[in-house]
Amino acid sequence: MNMNIWLKRIRPNAGSWSQNIVMLTMTAALLIAILLPLGELVMKAVTDQEGGFVGLAHFANYFSTPALVASLWNSIKVSTMTTFIAVTLGFGFAYALERSGIQGKWFFRSVALLPLFAPSMLHGLALIYLFGNQGLISTGFFGLLPELRIPLYGPVGIVFSEVLFTFPQAYLMLAVALKSADYRLYEAAESLGASKWRTFWTVTVPGTKFTLISTVFVCFVLTFTDFGAPKVVGGQYNVLATDLYKQVIGQQNMQMGAAVGVLLLIPAVVSFVVDRISQRKQSGWLSAKSTPYRIEGNRRRDALFYALCSAVSAIILGIFLVAVYGSLVKVWPYSLSISFSRYEGLFEGAGPFANSLIISLGTAIIGTLATFMLAYLIEKSRACPVVRHTSYFLSMLPLALPGLVLGLIYVFFFNNPNQPLNGLYGTVWIVILCNIVHFYSVSFLTMTSSLKKLDSEFEAASESMNVPWYQALLRVTVPLSLPTILEIFIYFFINSMVTVSAVIFLYAPDLKPASVAIVNLEDSGDIAPAAAMSTIIILTNLLVRTVIMGLSGKLRKRTEGLLLRKEG
Amino acid sequence: MKPGYLSLRGIAKHFGKQTALQDIHLDIKKHEFICLLGPSGCGKTTLLRILAGLEKADRGKLEISGKDITAVPAGKRNFGMMFQSYALFPNLSVGENIAYGLRNRLSKSQIADRVEELLGLVELGEQRHKVPAQLSGGQQQRVALARALAFSPDCLLLDEPLSALDAKVRVKLRREICRLHRQFGMTTIMVTHDQEEALTMADRIVVMNKSRIIQVGTPNEVYENPRTPFVADFIGAVNFIGMDKNKHGGAALAIRPENVQLVREDHEKGKQGVVRELEYRGAHYRLVAELLGMKDAPLQQFVVIDVPAESMISLKIRMNQKIFFAFPPEHVIQFDSTADLAAAQ
Ligand SMILES: Nc1ncnc2c1ncn2[C@@H]1O[C@H](COP(=O)(O)OP(=O)(O)OP(=O)(O)O)[C@@H](O)[C@H]1O
Ligand SMILES: [Mg+2]
Repeated sequence: MNMNIWLKRIRPNAGSWSQNIVMLTMTAALLIAILLPLGELVMKAVTDQEGGFVGLAHFANYFSTPALVASLWNSIKVSTMTTFIAVTLGFGFAYALERSGIQGKWFFRSVALLPLFAPSMLHGLALIYLFGNQGLISTGFFGLLPELRIPLYGPVGIVFSEVLFTFPQAYLMLAVALKSADYRLYEAAESLGASKWRTFWTVTVPGTKFTLISTVFVCFVLTFTDFGAPKVVGGQYNVLATDLYKQVIGQQNMQMGAAVGVLLLIPAVVSFVVDRISQRKQSGWLSAKSTPYRIEGNRRRDALFYALCSAVSAIILGIFLVAVYGSLVKVWPYSLSISFSRYEGLFEGAGPFANSLIISLGTAIIGTLATFMLAYLIEKSRACPVVRHTSYFLSMLPLALPGLVLGLIYVFFFNNPNQPLNGLYGTVWIVILCNIVHFYSVSFLTMTSSLKKLDSEFEAASESMNVPWYQALLRVTVPLSLPTILEIFIYFFINSMVTVSAVIFLYAPDLKPASVAIVNLEDSGDIAPAAAMSTIIILTNLLVRTVIMGLSGKLRKRTEGLLLRKEG
Repeated sequence: MKPGYLSLRGIAKHFGKQTALQDIHLDIKKHEFICLLGPSGCGKTTLLRILAGLEKADRGKLEISGKDITAVPAGKRNFGMMFQSYALFPNLSVGENIAYGLRNRLSKSQIADRVEELLGLVELGEQRHKVPAQLSGGQQQRVALARALAFSPDCLLLDEPLSALDAKVRVKLRREICRLHRQFGMTTIMVTHDQEEALTMADRIVVMNKSRIIQVGTPNEVYENPRTPFVADFIGAVNFIGMDKNKHGGAALAIRPENVQLVREDHEKGKQGVVRELEYRGAHYRLVAELLGMKDAPLQQFVVIDVPAESMISLKIRMNQKIFFAFPPEHVIQFDSTADLAAAQ
């Protein structure tokens, strides 16, 4: 029993004061990165240039300017149209992939998600190639066919390209809801003699009702606050998002900008609240006893859905191919020979593409680390509950912050000489910080739900054996969470590559990211180089995703094997 | 009572409005095997976690050999804990799991020796390179046990170690835990809601209900002399047979089914009833008889009676047959208070 004396030796300190310090530091960071800038926005919206309180004067001013009120209406109109079309198509598409027996689901799914890899300006650029003055379709394939001209620049173009932009989101949300059905309800309906149509309205729709509502709100807000599409194909048709840009960048009218920012925030906050509520309600629909949906054979239904999926996929692929084609053509529409001249110089050391890579890698690395630590500390640590709840709330907040508003509040907050963090302004760091916050909530939720699947006693077991928390973290929690960590790394990277809305306010002139370069090129009429830049971004994103998913696929399988519970 | 080796003084714990524990006083002797027994949600796990230092009590004091450890963090208590879910680290092998808590305390070679020793102890030498997902439930349970024993804890805390296992494995591991306890003699506190487990394994049983300790005693004491109707009902089966009107305030009376005696028709204190249910239980039958009043009118009162299989044959008892039985006074249990009668039934 000599060993026992050894064992009783004073053991290393496993106390959790270190954990509390990390938790407090990270909560403070959230406070500075999210809550304080948001407060600044509200302050700016109700004060004048000298800082005096003016109440709602800016809003009154806004609503008494007919041009500005008109763009508010325009925003509402295009958002409603887009939402209606995107949700309908998304539902049909998701229904086809989850509830019908069509062939080629893998292909359709990949195509539906393709727009997520592209900057939202790409759709606009492709539409110009198709329906612009010299477009393929407007000129009837350069005279081969009769001309077909539509009024692209304006609401038509905006709605068209916003539908492409929001469709994958709608599809993704609805697919999750349609996948998780309780088949017992369908069997019950059938045994009670309900017709297919009646079953659809009494079982399928109520079962997905809450997700459907959420999807409607998400699509509406995405369109309402999107900047890329109206910038490229909006023409003279003003919307709130472009107004904001003009007020802040064009006229340097920060106060009015803040007021517009608050208006943009309203639907986003409503959507956030609705989404939270419906998440809670929807989860009540499934129980451990639920049985998965079984797809019955039905030729007519399948034929119908096959047609729908083919049509949607053809449009999406068409748009992408046209953009790529446009970037390769020598001089549209005069010399249609292929050349790679637009791609020359894109990879230069100091070009926008390199900047984007730096920003995206920085965002992905730091963002993934921060997200993991926060999710871990909030979910697993025993730090002070008040701090944990505050952190959780702050972590959800960015869900209600559209990119444009986020960029705006960062300008307000950091571009202020009296601000201790003013030094960040104009560097690459503020762009990285802004991107991290912009994409933080979704990553945080993904990470949290993956951590929830790990036994909550791991930490307690470690603690009772006097092993410090960070050792348990490194030896057990990190290895088991690695697949999800890689997943959020990809999410941060891809979104940082394609985003414009937030960074357009923040980038330093010598550190212009590729997505902003696309907007500028398009502004000056250089459609082809803009298309080339977009193509490069898509290819990069696809490459990064394929490589990392290839890596994490094996990892995920292994981890799932480890987490398998064996009973008895 | 003189303070024991491990002594709990007035422990209380609330989760928000929910009371998990109140007024817990308990003294545990060194080397003792204690079973915490009680229905689901009565606070057993919470009490164990407070002992381990994983949860802070709202009130009360915790002492080990006279030393106050209420504020000592979990890692410093030298208590081994085995969790209800085992909490084996899924990405570490059996050997690594067992060595997990030793890394900061022993040299590499010492760890290797210790792991070897423990693997032998729980008979898992062959499985050392497997990960938990490749083990059966019983094997996982033994790894968890070995891991909790690894640093020779002063006190071993087990949270329903056997509840996830099937009946056969359960009995085998029950013996194994008892063997380890005899071999090393560490003070052991085991949570269970299985009365049979508590009766067969424990030196003393602590019966809990609704966040309080109801009775502490040896298995025999608790079974023969339950202090309240709840204890009587929770441990074994029991018939409540009315009130003793001689006592002041009235006392509830009860009798265990195996103590009800079948008698001849002319027995002076015999009662009569009709067999309403008949259950075969191997060595004995369990009857449910409905009492009959005047002129054989059914009274809607029922008595459970255990009858050895051979008596069933010799007495030729069948469904809906009239029988006669008596409650031998030496087996009638009396309760001072009838307060928690309702809770028991
Ligand atoms: N972390 C917690 N937060 C809130 N309530 C809790 C928490 N832990 C336990 N409780 C509550 O305290 C009470 C006692 O719980 P405990 O887990 O100790 O019961 P138990 O006796 O171990 O039950 P079981 O036999 O089901 O394991 C329960 O009502 C439970 O809901
Ligand atoms: Mg428990």
